[in-house]
Amino acid sequence: MAILVNSNTRVITQGITGKSGEFHTKLSHEYAPRFVGGVVPGKGGQKAILDLPIFNTVHEAKDRAKANATMIFVPPPFAADAILEAIDAEIELIICITEGIPVLDMVAVKKALDRSKSRLIGPNCPGVITPGQCKIGIMPGHIHKVGSAGIVSKSGTLTYEAVGQTTAMGIGQSSCVGIGGDPIIGTKYIDVLTLFEQDPQTEGIILIGEIGGDAEIQAAKFIKEHIKKPVAAFIAGQTAPKGKRMGHAGAIVSGGSGTAAEKMAALEEAGCVVAKSPADIAASLKIAMDRKRR
Amino acid sequence: MDIHEYQAKALFKQNGVPVPEGYLATNPLEAEFAMRRLGTEIGVVKAQIHAGGRGKGGGVKLAKSPEEAAKLAKEMIGMTLVTHQTGPEGKKVHKVYVEAGSKIVKEYYLALVLDRETAGVGFMFSTEGGMDIEEVAEKHPEKIVYVSVDPTTGLQGHHIRTICYKAGLPAAEHKELAPILKSLFKMFLKYDYSMLEINPLIINDQGKMFVLDGKMNFDDNALYRQKDIEVLRDFLEEDPREVQASKYGLSYIGLDGNIGCLVNGAGLAMATMDIVQFAGGTPANFLDVGGGATQETVTNAFKILLSDSKVKGIFVNIFGGIMRCDVIANGIVAAAKELGLRIPMVVRLEGTNVEQGKEILKNSGLDLYAASNMADGAKKIVEMVKK
Repeated sequence: MAILVNSNTRVITQGITGKSGEFHTKLSHEYAPRFVGGVVPGKGGQKAILDLPIFNTVHEAKDRAKANATMIFVPPPFAADAILEAIDAEIELIICITEGIPVLDMVAVKKALDRSKSRLIGPNCPGVITPGQCKIGIMPGHIHKVGSAGIVSKSGTLTYEAVGQTTAMGIGQSSCVGIGGDPIIGTKYIDVLTLFEQDPQTEGIILIGEIGGDAEIQAAKFIKEHIKKPVAAFIAGQTAPKGKRMGHAGAIVSGGSGTAAEKMAALEEAGCVVAKSPADIAASLKIAMDRKRR
Repeated sequence: MDIHEYQAKALFKQNGVPVPEGYLATNPLEAEFAMRRLGTEIGVVKAQIHAGGRGKGGGVKLAKSPEEAAKLAKEMIGMTLVTHQTGPEGKKVHKVYVEAGSKIVKEYYLALVLDRETAGVGFMFSTEGGMDIEEVAEKHPEKIVYVSVDPTTGLQGHHIRTICYKAGLPAAEHKELAPILKSLFKMFLKYDYSMLEINPLIINDQGKMFVLDGKMNFDDNALYRQKDIEVLRDFLEEDPREVQASKYGLSYIGLDGNIGCLVNGAGLAMATMDIVQFAGGTPANFLDVGGGATQETVTNAFKILLSDSKVKGIFVNIFGGIMRCDVIANGIVAAAKELGLRIPMVVRLEGTNVEQGKEILKNSGLDLYAASNMADGAKKIVEMVKK
């Protein structure tokens, strides 16, 4: 089963001829051949990497290649336009990898998204993978293993860390979703938690967060009320100084709020097993799963 | 990105937000002229640094004559100002701003922030101005009025009325506040702010409203389309290592500890700081070399770490996804040989081509410890630094 993407997903890449767009389309398609084309205005009719057809517009790609998902690699100044085009074409799943989109552009996108039929993952995220079925994004495919842990995270490499640990432990993953580290994102923890709760393949959930904002606090409240499956969590930035932006645009502790400590406390209070060290993420899930079995 | 008070005041003025008259001075003579030009009985000489709390640190003083303004400017320019926001090392003052003194009757607080929850612009207003808003939020949360505005429909009359009535402002002040709110909202969208804070917003003895101090933060992601704002950046105010790192395309933040961290990815970089602390050490920095780091990027990252004399050991933590471990290993070896490594180093590699990467490190002849995992690496570097 898994969530969001599977062997029936038909993906296009917006910005398929750019360096990153081309490279990651190739790796993703080689992992699981789900790509059906790409969009580059002005290059319609030509062929992209792996002989994939290029279209001028998303509408055209949807009509002719029957695309139902898109992976966006368009540079920041034009990324909002690319997302809005995909929304306009009613693409079901939009995954925006681009980092560095002005936040006011995302404000406009978010308003359009709320009125639409599309779901946006990201921006500034590693993407989504369902091991063995479909990979849309920049995560290394080979570290994954088909299994039962559902992973949702704001971070890229830290997600790989959790993937690596669950693979080594033999738990494997149902799906992994990188929701992105920006202040305004299309899909929140709560949305992904809901999907994992309903997914029969997912037996336990790993939530990876970081400092800044209060998304993890809201997730904790939601878990307490609605999630019955075992949840393990890790929050990065326990040692981060106040008022400094730690890489991600959203990762900043302002005025004493958004700290790792308050998020960890809220998650623990909601019944999650919270890993204090990033080396113990999979072990914490194991504890959470064993606890629920009893 | 942050800017100076005098730059913020100029932006307010250009956009129709009332500020007291004032002039910039880089030496005592200019301060004296500034005071003569103001022609007011009282002037305020304010040190221009990127940090709050200047008043308590001696960076804001009253002058009753042009001569006194010159004397104060002489004292302030060149001095190192320490406030609760600068850290113990303080910040050197290069310029002062000489401003007309105001007769303050009331002090309010006003801020515009990005509302992550509603994807809107949040207005925060309080009649308790002049002190830290965090303090107000703690002691008198009922005195903070919050209104979120949808930018697609814009700031409406009802938003303004809600702020005025909820805060309990007298009718005369509604007329003063309304145009200020409208101008600030336009500015927020025009300049891509991430935060715009006015503290205090004052009412003077004539019943007029003025911005006495304003702090502006800009969205770094939008600077490419804010050329007029980008030129206001003052590199003298920033950590030179952070400036250097940004030139190399690295994300770096200096901290107080002694273990230098070199990591790929922001989340993992924060987690690495955490695990170092967990193992009993203290991180010297946050450093994200990014997903597409090359041998050159790694070398530059090493240069920045080694230029910090506080750094007594280095912990490299890489989860190679798209970035291959053999490439990183070659980068580490090249950098260590070029720069001459004299402090302990622990390297943890995981992911794509990890075996080749470990082989390269082993055959390099470098004195380093190859960690089997993140926890092992953190423990080891803490031990080595303590020796």
